[in-house]
Amino acid sequence: MSEIFGTLFVYLAYPFVRYALVVGVLIALCSSLLGVTLVLKRFSFIGDGLSHVAFGAMAIAAVLNVSNEMLLVLPITVICAVLLLRTGQNAKIKGDAAIAMISVGALAIGYLLMNLFSTSTNLSGDVCSTLFGSTSILTLTKAEVWLCAVLSVLVVAMFVFFYNKIFSVTFDESFARATGMNAGAYNLIIAVIIAVIIVLAMNLVGSLLISALIIFPALSAMRVFKSFRAVTICSATLSVVCALLGMLISVLAGTPVGSTIVAADMAAFGIFYLIGLGGTK
Amino acid sequence: MALITCENLKLGYESMVVIDDLSFSVNKGDYLCIVGENGSGKSTLMKTLLGLHSPISGSISMDEGLVQQEIGYLPQQTVVQKDFPATVWEIVLSGCQSRCGMRPFYNKTERKLAMKNIVRMGLCELKKRCYRDLSGGQQQRVLLARALSATQTVLLLDEPVSGLDPKVTADMYSLISDLNKKDGITIIMISHDINSAIKYASHILHIGDKIFFGTKDEYINNNIGFTGENAL
Repeated sequence: MSEIFGTLFVYLAYPFVRYALVVGVLIALCSSLLGVTLVLKRFSFIGDGLSHVAFGAMAIAAVLNVSNEMLLVLPITVICAVLLLRTGQNAKIKGDAAIAMISVGALAIGYLLMNLFSTSTNLSGDVCSTLFGSTSILTLTKAEVWLCAVLSVLVVAMFVFFYNKIFSVTFDESFARATGMNAGAYNLIIAVIIAVIIVLAMNLVGSLLISALIIFPALSAMRVFKSFRAVTICSATLSVVCALLGMLISVLAGTPVGSTIVAADMAAFGIFYLIGLGGTK
Repeated sequence: MALITCENLKLGYESMVVIDDLSFSVNKGDYLCIVGENGSGKSTLMKTLLGLHSPISGSISMDEGLVQQEIGYLPQQTVVQKDFPATVWEIVLSGCQSRCGMRPFYNKTERKLAMKNIVRMGLCELKKRCYRDLSGGQQQRVLLARALSATQTVLLLDEPVSGLDPKVTADMYSLISDLNKKDGITIIMISHDINSAIKYASHILHIGDKIFFGTKDEYINNNIGFTGENAL
């Protein structure tokens, strides 16, 4: 046991490991916040769709040799998020179909661009790390850590500020509209927050696994807790704990960060599911 | 003066007209039932009154004292709400949302108002319970309490008793009737149930092939959609 802690301390002495842990915790916190809203609004897959868009944007950034990828990836993802949630209401192509269309389209274009223009010698390695996140979190620079930290704080602040409004719009959009709330504007805010979260979370788990980060904590919390507030708090806590656990295990055991975190989330879901079953009896 | 006046309304979606040339008015303290077959445009009319849908032509004018924020609405339940993790308290309080404006949190007055409506609907013991664990009738009362948090003037109800058993239905009707008689809240209700509409309402609006608007007595004498098997 002491041997394990010894190894851990050796690793923690490296600044990049500490950065990774800080960023990981912040991202996990943000990503879990809107999970409840997305699950209940039947938008579970929007995370997946948007992350593929972010992947495509990243490919474009790589081709254009943009120094700071986020500056390009973030706006593109935000625009797509707005479009997707907009079309959800009265478009010719309905919600899930639109998400499927945009997500596979962006994935294909992204890979195509990377293949055609890439200067890297290890193309499949690059693609793999963008999709599954593998080691990228350990190579973060100080500037990226700060950017992540600022964006996460912004996301949390926005969520707290609009908490009651997000609740109203999620629970009953037509009532909210009927009583004079500008539901469209709040949907827009939700879309923007999601997009920011996706771009942040891509660093941690890669674009294929983001949905797990958003949805698992919310679903686990919903098994056990009965009020919106408790579910939100529980899913945020759970997400942070799982991310921390996942990262530590991955550092010690040398497993890929993203999939280890998701595995931890799945285990937590299993436990909460059982607790929920016991609770209803 | 009439609270809500509709003149020569033409409602529909894109090229399809659902209701044509509809005029009626609702006065303060009225209990209006909107009846008609499926697809006759009842829900469309409701959405138009709520400002969720704009009419093709015609006008809706509201009394000056009545603003959008003062309309309470009891919608039909959505799938989303069936497994929503929220307590009764959280839901009733969310009815106060339109009073908040940009303020992010509820203040004392709003909490008091929500509590008052919980008591009014007899939900005290259920306050901390989860909405999805309640029975159909209890859920409707929660939504009614929420609607009351939003308004003191007008309540629009979209088939408030659908899916409820006869006893709960009767309770619900008398609850609504009390709100109308004791608290003077104007009620506009969509209903399938013509018999109950006649029993409780003061005015009837029948939409369909023929449009009728008038008081309950006029409606009974007029006999529209009120033939043999429906007449009690």
